[in-house]
Amino acid sequence: MNVTIVDYKSGNISSVINSFKEVAENKIKIEVTSDVGKIKSADKVVLPGQGSFKSCVNALQSISGLVDCLNDFVMNKKKPLLGICVGLQMFADVGYEESETKGLGWIPGKVTKINNRDGKYKLPHIGWNEINIVKDSKIFKNIKDKSHMYFVHSYEFVPNNQNSISATTEYSSKHVCAIEKENIFGTQFHPEKSDKLGLQIIDNFMRL
Amino acid sequence: MLKNRIIPCLDVKNGRVVKGINFVDLKDAGDPVEQAKIYSDGGADEICFLDITASNENRDIIYEVVEKTSKKCFVPLTVGGGVRSIDDINKLLNCGADKVSINTAAVENSKVVVDSSKKFGSQCIVVAIDAKKNGDKWEVFTHGGRNNSGIDALEYAKKMEDSGAGELLVTSMDRDGTQVGYDIELMSQISSKVNIPLIASGGVGNLDHLVEGIKSGKASAVLAASIFHYGKYSVKEAKQYLESKGIPVRT
Repeated sequence: MNVTIVDYKSGNISSVINSFKEVAENKIKIEVTSDVGKIKSADKVVLPGQGSFKSCVNALQSISGLVDCLNDFVMNKKKPLLGICVGLQMFADVGYEESETKGLGWIPGKVTKINNRDGKYKLPHIGWNEINIVKDSKIFKNIKDKSHMYFVHSYEFVPNNQNSISATTEYSSKHVCAIEKENIFGTQFHPEKSDKLGLQIIDNFMRL
Repeated sequence: MLKNRIIPCLDVKNGRVVKGINFVDLKDAGDPVEQAKIYSDGGADEICFLDITASNENRDIIYEVVEKTSKKCFVPLTVGGGVRSIDDINKLLNCGADKVSINTAAVENSKVVVDSSKKFGSQCIVVAIDAKKNGDKWEVFTHGGRNNSGIDALEYAKKMEDSGAGELLVTSMDRDGTQVGYDIELMSQISSKVNIPLIASGGVGNLDHLVEGIKSGKASAVLAASIFHYGKYSVKEAKQYLESKGIPVRT
């Protein structure tokens, strides 16, 4: 089995690589690449994302054939993909960071700025927050409700329909922090920086 | 509910910890990797390395330290000290730092903050402000506290937020090393002025100081060095104490 982390030159992915390698313990091959051919043949794909929605989408599109390849992987081949942070946000139809930008459109919805309630809530939402598990998700095996995960973001994914939401968190209001829709998984928090519980989520994903 | 963070800070010089934990049975008390691991296993919410290496020829050692640490610690790692350019930031992030703190370079040229937050995202850009009271205001100091820029710390904090900083790490130079507590007035004034999280630093001598930093100083996170290094308190004890005072922490 091999797990491929998409390296599309947007933000810092070394922590993602380190955490997957730690969990894989040389038993599972971790590939880090932007090579479309390699991503095509992957068993599982990880889509990280740092920086703005717009810059991540632009970076994905700048690599020829990558978006088509990811669409095929997820929508036709139905293989597991895990989006992290902006990686999850890009599942949406549209994002409003910097300017209105079209997303991958895998899960209908939009990405908007967290309401800071006139400065009452500092942004970014940085730090450890509890997750409320709202439906069974394969990546939450051995993860208890109200576990702490590490967050850092100012925008949130607002899906049109609630069915795909697997966890929420409270900051200013209740917002989506994990998604599962068939073979599509996503976390707004950073499992790679969420200590042992985060590594457990990574392990769960790799064992799917 | 978002938890307040406790961040132990390790001073690293020429790749070795100075003022490190000296109470634990360490194989190598000067090894920053081992010390960072002890903190993260003990419940630290983040780890901070401050590189205080003076000579240029030894500056590259920090990259190796960060690389090794990031393979063992799976909580956020912030690295600061001597960060001058986009290239420095890029190297630290590639080695596995999650955030980089910029001090002198941000005072000299705020474009570093603008450019780096655009390039890497605000989430990894921390601006460190060393402030010292002068009359009824605070002034920003640079070069490890040696030079007074004369810049008003409150105005500077706002400017850094506007430039794209994701967080501010505010150190009171009057309090640093004194163990008499944070400069609460400085922290609360800056925190009220900006809409990004503030990490309070400088002066912690006991656990009540951490409580004050959060409750009165309005800090999102509290950074401390010596109270943890010298074994006065563990991170776990600090968290229990904060919790007993009604402060939300990750347990």
